[in-house]
Amino acid sequence: MAIIRISGPGSGRALNVLAGRLPNSRQASLRQIRDPQAGWLDEALVLWFPGPSSATGEDCAEIHCHGGRAVIRAIENSLAGLGLRQAEPGEFTRRAFLNGRMDLLEAEALGDMLSAETELQRAVLASSAKGHASNEVAHWREAVLSASAAVEQELDFSDDDQDGIAPTPGWCSDARRVAEEMAAWLAVPPAERLREGLRVVLAGPPNSGKSSLFNAILDEAAAIVSPIAGTTRDAIERPVAIGGVPFLLVDTAGLRDEGADEIERIGISRAGQELARADVVLWLGPEGEGPSGVIEVASMMDAAVWAPKGEGSLAVSAVTGEGLPELMSRLSAVGRDRLPKPGQVAVSRRQKQRLETARLQLLEAAEVEDLLIAGEALRQARHALDAMLGTVGTEDMLDSLFGRFCIGK
Amino acid sequence: MRHFPIIVIGGGHAGVEAACVAARMGLHVALVTMDATKIGAMSCNPAIGGLGKGHLVREVDAFDGLLGIAADAGAIHYRMLNRSKGSAVWGPRVQADRRLFGAAVRERVASEPTLEVIEGEVAGLRIEGGKVRGVSLADGMQLACDAAVLCTGTFLGGVLFRGEERFEGGRIAEGAAARLARQLRDASLPLARLKTGTPPRLDGRTIDWARLAVQPSDPDQWTMSPLSKERVNPQVFCAMTRTNSRVHEIIRANLSRSPLYSGAIDAQGPRYCPSIEDKIDRFGDRDGHQIFLEPEGLDTPLVYPNGISTSLPVDVQEAFLRAIEGLEQVRVAEPGYAVEYDHVDPRSLDRSLQMKDLEGLYCAGQINGTTGYEEAAAQGLVAGLHAACRIAGRDEPGLDRANSYMAVMVDDLTLHGVSEPYRMLTARAEYRLRLRANNASSRLTPLAIQAGCVSEARRRRFEAREEAREALQLALGRERSPSEMRTLGFAATDDAGRQPLGDWTRYPGIDLTRLAEVGLVPRETEHGLHSEVAEDLHYAPYVARHEAELRELRANEKIALRPDFPFHEVPGLSNEMVERLSRTRPQSLAQAGRVPGITPAALAALLVHARKHVAAA
Repeated sequence: MAIIRISGPGSGRALNVLAGRLPNSRQASLRQIRDPQAGWLDEALVLWFPGPSSATGEDCAEIHCHGGRAVIRAIENSLAGLGLRQAEPGEFTRRAFLNGRMDLLEAEALGDMLSAETELQRAVLASSAKGHASNEVAHWREAVLSASAAVEQELDFSDDDQDGIAPTPGWCSDARRVAEEMAAWLAVPPAERLREGLRVVLAGPPNSGKSSLFNAILDEAAAIVSPIAGTTRDAIERPVAIGGVPFLLVDTAGLRDEGADEIERIGISRAGQELARADVVLWLGPEGEGPSGVIEVASMMDAAVWAPKGEGSLAVSAVTGEGLPELMSRLSAVGRDRLPKPGQVAVSRRQKQRLETARLQLLEAAEVEDLLIAGEALRQARHALDAMLGTVGTEDMLDSLFGRFCIGK
Repeated sequence: MRHFPIIVIGGGHAGVEAACVAARMGLHVALVTMDATKIGAMSCNPAIGGLGKGHLVREVDAFDGLLGIAADAGAIHYRMLNRSKGSAVWGPRVQADRRLFGAAVRERVASEPTLEVIEGEVAGLRIEGGKVRGVSLADGMQLACDAAVLCTGTFLGGVLFRGEERFEGGRIAEGAAARLARQLRDASLPLARLKTGTPPRLDGRTIDWARLAVQPSDPDQWTMSPLSKERVNPQVFCAMTRTNSRVHEIIRANLSRSPLYSGAIDAQGPRYCPSIEDKIDRFGDRDGHQIFLEPEGLDTPLVYPNGISTSLPVDVQEAFLRAIEGLEQVRVAEPGYAVEYDHVDPRSLDRSLQMKDLEGLYCAGQINGTTGYEEAAAQGLVAGLHAACRIAGRDEPGLDRANSYMAVMVDDLTLHGVSEPYRMLTARAEYRLRLRANNASSRLTPLAIQAGCVSEARRRRFEAREEAREALQLALGRERSPSEMRTLGFAATDDAGRQPLGDWTRYPGIDLTRLAEVGLVPRETEHGLHSEVAEDLHYAPYVARHEAELRELRANEKIALRPDFPFHEVPGLSNEMVERLSRTRPQSLAQAGRVPGITPAALAALLVHARKHVAAA
């Protein structure tokens, strides 16, 4: 089966030409698809969604035809003959956003969801796409508007007319509370982590078996494995799903202090950077010598000389596969713990930046003594939240102000 | 038929500024008013300035307008509002003697050699070929013009309400401009109704002042206009009292007799300046509302009770007034009333306040849905200035939201329209940290000089001040080491490092006064310059954060949208957005972004379409 979706003011005409006449709105009908020149193309289910209550906000039509490439191409050619063109990637979503069918957060989450590859990615992004994230941001925006109104009331009315003074010391603690709620969001890895996967870095001294383990996990020979120290000179990344959790597995150059040539040194310095970016580090070196917070792995348990590591560590052999299932289930458990959970909100890096701006400005507003600076900080916070939702306005703040206080002479 | 390049209709605060600014630019101007003795009259409270409004007074003054100087000439009480807050929201305000203020305005009007006052009622505009060509007066006189500025205040279709009484007029005992209102309605200009109100005037001799707390005039000698050298009048005090539960009972019992509640007035009044009946009805839990008793002048016993604007019947007004502390024996000299009037939907105006669909017709002041003398004066200045620039073929002054409250107001009016009388608030100015009342001249006088509307005296004064500023800033830019600072007696630790003197002022105990004392910066020769520059330094880090926002704003300001821009053809705009944009007709992409409900995504769509249009043209 293939579904061809058509959006835009010409949708109705196109469907009319191909299917003979428009079916009832939002009801599937079986029709013969005919091209004016080429004649009969296929028998298909067709649907008609008049705008604005359609997915994109425009007139939309769908043709559910047979999935053979020749059939699809014939229908596409026929549509092109009517002046239609192929949609660009993401164009339906963009149009839906422009037509006010969804806000920016929903649009971004939908885009991510469409490219989701694992069950966890889909489940988390689905909750953002349904507007949970937007609701929360809208809720914060309300709180910031109220705080702004309280500050502006102080600035614009209190001295002109003592009458207006309605003591509202609460706005500072409100601002701090919202900032804390934002911090909780910010602590969740960005939505890109769901798309790209949690970064798992294999690290340790040369010849500690990193690349072998890397390959064993991937179950494919992606990295060159050789017994000569320093073979892996650059970091190599591979996406992999383990137990429905997306990971990005990163193999690094062995860490050693001396004996490395120029290229290898660059590799080692990259490995250092990778360690800094890692969400999870599998440490294959001597116990306790890796960075803090690593998962200790005693690799090469098939080797002649081998010693297990302490409590909480893993033992694994890339050659025999012994210990691999335990390693995999540990990774998937850690992944489920670290990645946003279904129902939790994941926002993109760009949105996180805005959120961080809003958070810092809220804290500044709550701290400063000069109300003018507080007012300015709250304005910037509003600005950042507006940018997240794609809305605007000083008037909203004034409405909030006038709605709550008896002000003026 | 006599011809004037510009005819101004109305002699209120907007009218006189519009007429005088054009006259200062050398154009011949006729100012048509029903009663020349009422030029510069204050219809409502006898105060000029206040929060946000004080900024407008200083901005008008920076263009050499009348308002600030006339306010000083009439001032009998000075008060800097919000002094406990940051200086950007300080609000200079004076109580002015009505007679002295009006006289000062009329004197300035009379002193303009190219300005002629003509008494009469404008009965209609002469419109030919979609352009304003002149006006006809009720007595039959015809005058020709290239531009007309309508500054009719509340007189356009004005109706006064007091209890069950109705009068036609713009103020008590003055006629309304009914014929002109009819013509504008017939010409299908977008008119709507608004209302405002005024409190009763009291006989101060019947007030028991001894029982009331007083508020004296500020002791420090600031003035509204920096050109006014000193305070010229004796200073009086204001007093304060409050309403109480007895007062509220009386008002509540008679609400049905107020035209606001009987349904006689359905126009929207200002939320920030509610009538006393509104305050009591909407905020019933309050046990009292403050009243300021403001003297109307030196040689009149009249007192203006600020805070109790009302349109209740006269007997109710008297009854509730006498239940107020200090007013037990009060005599009402003139009862309060509400006035409902026509205003033009300001979205039909462009940013020069000219009608988009009627070349040569400018509107300024209350006719555009604003309230307040200051808002009116600033619009009069903007309209007169732009009309004169257009006729004289000069460049328009570059006013925008980042350099003036005037532009904020005009922008808000022309893009948002009004749903209640518009009052200036500092909250409306997003860049208010840089828009202080005390730097209005620095911000705007350069633009005024360029437009050619300032006197020689002001120009010289401005240039002297700029020279002093340059010297001061040069000194502040020089780097000083901690040890140098210590030698001069300042507390400075080595970890502060070598830094410009201006940055040193962020450290405790180091300010411009002290720096001037030890000779590191020049002493203050220009009044207020040091505090202005110190505030610039204080707010500099915050102002710097605006830069990115402003760059985007100014870039978008340059992307022009033609008057006939086909918003309906832009793919991706919702019907509601198309309707709002088509009604408002923003002149640039930046303006479009400020039309309510227009999202960043919609702007992106507009931008793409605007580019395509330019490319195709």
